[in-house]
Amino acid sequence: MSAEDLKKEPLNVIIAGVGGQGNVLMSFLIGNALVRRGYVVTVFDNYGASQRLGAVASHIKISKEGLQNSPLLHEGDADVIVGIEPIELLRNLSQFGNPEVIAVANLRPVYPIGVISGEVEYPELDEASAAIRRLSAQAWIINATDEALALGNPIYTNVILMGALIGSGVLPLDVMAMEEVLKEQLPKAFEINKVALHRGVDLVKAG
Amino acid sequence: MAHIEIDAPGTTQLLLGNEAIARGALEAGIGFATAYPGTPSSEIMGTLAPIAKKMGIYAEWSINEMVAFEAASAASLSNIRALSSMKANGVNVIADFLVNLQMTGIRKGLVLVVCDDPGGMTSSNEQDTRPIAKWLNIPMLEPSTAQECKDMTKRAFELSEELGMVCMVRSVTYLSHTRGNVRFGRLPENKKVAHFDDFYNIDDPRQSRYTCGMQFHPYKQSEELLKRFAKAPEKCENSPFNSYRGPEIPELLIISSGICWTYAIEAVSILGLQDRVGILKLGTTWPLPEGLVARYLNKSDKVLCIEEIEPFVERSVMELAASLPPDQPRPTFYGKRSGHVRAWGEQNLNLAIQSIASVMDIPYTSRQSQDLEYRRAAQAVAQTLPARPLTFCPGCPHRASFWAIKIALQLDGRNGFVTGDIGCTAMGMISPGSFQVRTYYAMGGGVGVAGGFGHLGQFGFQQPVIAVCGDSTFFHASIPGLINGVWNQSNFTLAILDNSATAMTGFQPHPGTGITATGDPGKKVSIEALCRSLGIHVEICDPFDLNTTIATLLTMMRDEGPAQVVILRRECELVRERKEKRNPFRVYVNPERCIGESCGCNRLCTRVFSCPGLVWDRDAGKAVIDEAVCVGCGLCADVCPRGAIVKEAL
Repeated sequence: MSAEDLKKEPLNVIIAGVGGQGNVLMSFLIGNALVRRGYVVTVFDNYGASQRLGAVASHIKISKEGLQNSPLLHEGDADVIVGIEPIELLRNLSQFGNPEVIAVANLRPVYPIGVISGEVEYPELDEASAAIRRLSAQAWIINATDEALALGNPIYTNVILMGALIGSGVLPLDVMAMEEVLKEQLPKAFEINKVALHRGVDLVKAG
Repeated sequence: MAHIEIDAPGTTQLLLGNEAIARGALEAGIGFATAYPGTPSSEIMGTLAPIAKKMGIYAEWSINEMVAFEAASAASLSNIRALSSMKANGVNVIADFLVNLQMTGIRKGLVLVVCDDPGGMTSSNEQDTRPIAKWLNIPMLEPSTAQECKDMTKRAFELSEELGMVCMVRSVTYLSHTRGNVRFGRLPENKKVAHFDDFYNIDDPRQSRYTCGMQFHPYKQSEELLKRFAKAPEKCENSPFNSYRGPEIPELLIISSGICWTYAIEAVSILGLQDRVGILKLGTTWPLPEGLVARYLNKSDKVLCIEEIEPFVERSVMELAASLPPDQPRPTFYGKRSGHVRAWGEQNLNLAIQSIASVMDIPYTSRQSQDLEYRRAAQAVAQTLPARPLTFCPGCPHRASFWAIKIALQLDGRNGFVTGDIGCTAMGMISPGSFQVRTYYAMGGGVGVAGGFGHLGQFGFQQPVIAVCGDSTFFHASIPGLINGVWNQSNFTLAILDNSATAMTGFQPHPGTGITATGDPGKKVSIEALCRSLGIHVEICDPFDLNTTIATLLTMMRDEGPAQVVILRRECELVRERKEKRNPFRVYVNPERCIGESCGCNRLCTRVFSCPGLVWDRDAGKAVIDEAVCVGCGLCADVCPRGAIVKEAL
């Protein structure tokens, strides 16, 4: 299948979260769907030394053709930022955002240990929500973790958000493209992930 | 996750740089691959091992880089192409063997892939492997993209055979861990027969050529090596991996290699300088393609080298410039030496833009400075965001081990401390490990350093010393240090934090797990049997049994005899979770028993113990479990002095 023209060259996406939330799987699935559609894709998963709960940001650069892009986005140059965790979204919006950026947010916090110990404060969620809207041209804010728990396990959070991203229409990918990749990569858990994907799409369509 | 073994030439797959290296090795027809895990190199073996049997390859996670590389060289000497991969620190471990192997040369292609970590994001330092290639006359290829990772790895095997010596491929974190489009080539037919033929040497046909020194004097081997290496420049000169983009006569010539080349290309484009600035890309960074570089040096008055860590290309190019004919004009060199390129840490697009803009003396207005109002709002938000420091995972046995070590050291009261080692246990130096680790250097360094502290008693040293290492680190490099300490009667305690996994690099197996790289049963090596064979006192504790662990540590510290070992054994929580797929306990805080700040415990659970699964409810003024994070290990129930945290077996 041949690639279509993009709204911008390269189209820049960040997926931000914390270790264990499924950032890397999400960027992998999206990257694979894009390569199947013929795009030149560069994906870098920026994570630190810890397996769980460290900040993770996946940078995805999409070109219709031409040279392979460099791994990281240029500051202020994101077109869409997905946040599996609210302050990781805000951290990336403040560095890579611009007045035209689109945000897709999960409003469920994962508290850093400094917050748990009381040394530093976590922003109130309505403030975080307002900041997300302030730093984006358009924002979809959902509670994907609660939706995932309703499906039986918080691990579906990432696929619900992936559905929301697809539903927002900013990527040159449709639900069918993601279903194909899910079926190939997660054959045993395809049905439940398909439900999660559609749940995400519906949440965005609803508003 | 990616399928590198498919025989589908011409198709395009999205591969990590490391997966592409593995694919390149398959396309080169390797029969043997070895590695020791180390970020950012681990995915090379991680990708090869599961498909090794299907592809007719022997694949091995070795206990350290030295034995990995030694084993790979045996395959090469027996006419089988072999790959060995490691992180930059691993080259230090193999250095002695490598120096000597390079003197005698190899037979079938032997490729050493080294993944450097500029910036030291997941390493103890940010050393650069390229000067080692130069020091030892080893040809080095530096890929820039995932496609080149595959193509250069394949080419490196040919080059290794053409020159009769080991060949290096150098990647970096931002290449190894970036996924990009890779167009597959053909997989060769699998026909390999191993036979060791020692090609008797030219001076004495009775002696194998694969021996260093002795009758075949080292200086003669140096001469022989230099003769072989003399053919390398010509190979690099005509390499398709060296290329130029830009005007015929550029105002500025950028010389770059590896991932930095991608930054240089984009930076020139963002600055709109495509018609004024040219970029010479070097895929063969050692030896330098001298003729090619000399031709381009002649075209420009200004030369800027953009690279990470050492000014390696910069110095090599300046050396070359010094040997140019006297009538050729010398350009002005810009780079790390002149301060136009940052001398430390990794490079990025922003830094490349700044370097080029400053050499070209043009203003650069970043996107951020255009959207001033937005940037002010963004900065205001950024200031309110709490940092997210490293921590042990929820349920991690190391949190319990360091908790016990901290309390034991406090109870002992002689200002004792911990000498640390590489791996997850290193987090003992920061908050989640209660800041107990006081020295931290290299694999096996913890026990070796402790051995020295343990001999200082004659100078009035009375502080107890606990060396800490993980189980994989124990096998890698801690055994000699322990034996040395036992033999020389040094007084210290070695705590082996045995979580039955090489956890930090992604759960690779090791001798203690009894499973090999390809998932086959191996002979399980018992840490306790090995330690007990030294005739020393060895105890095994479950770190979740805090009281027993603390008591054992205290007894060992108070013993003035020679080195002793305590094995703090509990499986890595992430491994357990993958296997069992359920939590052992339902854990919750009884809000009637937790009385928050008025308890007198000073919020021990959230302020000191600090597990991310147990959070503080500001409104209620009580601790509460975060069900999306908690893994139900139940350790916090044993830490709460009021019994307000409840664990119920599931």
